Amino acid sequence: MRITEKEVRYVAELANLKLTDTEVSKFQHDLDEILEHVNRLNEIDTTGVEAMAQVLYEAEETATLRADEPWEPLGNEAALANAPLKGAGYFKVPEVIKR
Amino acid sequence: MNIASLTIGAVREGLLAREFSAVELVKEALRFAREENPKTNAYLTFSEDRALEQAARVDQTVARGGEPGPLAGVPLAVKDVIVTRGVRTTCGSKLLENYVPPYDATAIQRLERAGAVVLGKTNCDEFAMGSSNENSAFGPVRNPVAPDRVPGGSSGGSAAVVAQGTAVVSLGSDTGGSVRQPASFCGIVGATPTYGRVSRYGLVAFASSLDHIAPFARSVRDAAVLLREISGRDRLDATSAAAPVEDYEAALTGDVKGLRVGVPREYFKGLASETGDAIERGIETLKRLGCEVKDIGLASTDYAIACYYIICTAEASSNLARYDGVRYTCRSPNSDTLSDMYRNTRGEGFGAECKRRIMLGTYVLSAGYYDAYYLKAQKVRKMIYEDFVRAFGEVDAIVAPVSPFPAFRLGEKLNDPLQMYLSDIYTITGSLAGIPCMSVPCGKTPAGLPVGMQILTRHFDEARMFRLADAFERAGGSAA
Repeated sequence: MRITEKEVRYVAELANLKLTDTEVSKFQHDLDEILEHVNRLNEIDTTGVEAMAQVLYEAEETATLRADEPWEPLGNEAALANAPLKGAGYFKVPEVIKR
Repeated sequence: MNIASLTIGAVREGLLAREFSAVELVKEALRFAREENPKTNAYLTFSEDRALEQAARVDQTVARGGEPGPLAGVPLAVKDVIVTRGVRTTCGSKLLENYVPPYDATAIQRLERAGAVVLGKTNCDEFAMGSSNENSAFGPVRNPVAPDRVPGGSSGGSAAVVAQGTAVVSLGSDTGGSVRQPASFCGIVGATPTYGRVSRYGLVAFASSLDHIAPFARSVRDAAVLLREISGRDRLDATSAAAPVEDYEAALTGDVKGLRVGVPREYFKGLASETGDAIERGIETLKRLGCEVKDIGLASTDYAIACYYIICTAEASSNLARYDGVRYTCRSPNSDTLSDMYRNTRGEGFGAECKRRIMLGTYVLSAGYYDAYYLKAQKVRKMIYEDFVRAFGEVDAIVAPVSPFPAFRLGEKLNDPLQMYLSDIYTITGSLAGIPCMSVPCGKTPAGLPVGMQILTRHFDEARMFRLADAFERAGGSAA
C-alpha cells in the first residue's frame, strides 16, 4: 500500500473535506492505484531540468502590466448577492471558537 | 432555413438579406433547442430574456443600416463553467446549483459585442473534471451521434449542442483535452488555442496553468471566426498574452503544399485499430494535399499522464478551496462551528471525482511529498515542452489521434478512475506545452462513430493550425 487509511484521513483534514468511512476506503484504493502509476516519474532523469510552473513566451518584461487606472468596482451588494448568510455588509459565518 | 445546420456565414447572409430577423431566428433556435434537449440533456439553463434582448439590439442595428458585427444573431451556447451575469452558472456542481454570477467573462463580453446571442448554458463534468460528462450533478449528457454513448468530457454539453444543431457554435473549456476529446467523439471541430491567447477572466478556475476557453463549431471556418473574436490581451487576466491576433479566417487559403507535417509514432501504440485506420487514412489525405509527412519522436509522452494528474490536481485542490460555504450560495445547515461548516459543506457538496482530485492534489502538495511529486512533475512538464520545441524545429505542424478510442458507452469506465485518466494521453501533452491544438473530424469507424484528428502547431501559430484543418476538411477528411 502506497497510502494508508490514516494518511487518507489526514489528507482529508488538510483539505477540509468530511468523508464517510466508505469514501475513505474507496479513496484509499483509488489513490493507491493512481500513485502507483504516478510513481513512474521516478524512472525519468530530471537532473538539471528547470521546473516549469507556467507557459512562458518571449515578451517584454512589462507586457503583463496594465495602466493603473480606477474603474467601477462590483459593489458591496452585488458581491454579497450569493452569500448563504449576510448582514451589515458582511458575509456571516458560524462562531469560530466555541465558548 | 434549416436551423440545425446553420453556419455563421449563413446567419449573416440571412440577416442582411432580411430573410429573417435576429429575434425570429433566436425564437426558432430556442424552440428547437427546448424540443431536442431531452434527447441529450446538453443544456442546463436557457437564457431566453438575455437572448431576445441581444437579438433585438442586433435587429435595431441592421434596421439602422449599421454593422451588426461578425457574429450578428449567431446562436451560441456556453459551457456552465464560464460565468454569465444574471444567468445561473452551476459548473455542473450541486454546490453552485443556485449561483448567479454578478459579472460576465471577458470572452462572453467580446462575443456579445460581436453580435452573438447566448442561448443558454451547457452541461459538463463537475468543475470540468472528467472525460465523459458523467460527473455532472445534473445527470450525464448523451452523444447525439450514438445516444447510448458518452459525448466525451468535460465540455460534453457544448460539443453535443453543436453536433445536435441546437446551437450554431459554442464555448467550452480545455484543461487536458476537454474540448478536443468531446469534439472528436461528436464529430465536430474543437480548437484549443495557445495558453494565454484567450482571457480566462470569468472562467471558473480548475487548473490555472492549464485552463483555456476554446470554441466548438461544425466547420473549421466557424471555429476560426469564433476564436478570432475572443482572442487577445485582457487587462483583467495577467496571463493573457499581448501577442497580436491574426485574422484566422483570412488564413484559410486552402494552400498547404510543402507544409512539413510530423507524425509522432509514440501516439500510435495503444490505439484502437478502427481509430488508427481512420487517422492513417487522414494522413494519406494530407499527403495528397501536398504536405511533406515525416515521422517524429516525442520521447517523454509516456510520462505525460503522471505529470498532468499531479499538476492539475495540485492546482485544483488550491482553486477549489474557495467553495467552503462562506460566499457561494451553498452551506451545510448541520454545523455549529466555522470549521465544521467548511468540512460539511465540502463533504456534502462535491461529487466523487472532485473529492478524488482534491485528495490527490492535497496529498502531492503536502509536507514531505512536494519535491517528490509536484516539483518532479514540473520538471517533467519542461521536458515534454522541450520535446515539442525540438519537433517544431523539423516540422510546421504535428498530427496525431485525439483519443485512443471512439465514444464509449455510458457507465463503461465510470468505476475505474485510472482507466479514465489514461484515456487523456494524446491530448494532455499539448496542454502541458501550452501550444495550439485542435480536433478536426477524420471519418468514422466501421460502426459509424466519429474519429477526430488532432493538429498541433507552435505557440501563437493558430493560423497555420486552422489553415491545415480547413484544407483537410475541404478535401473530405479521411473519407476522401
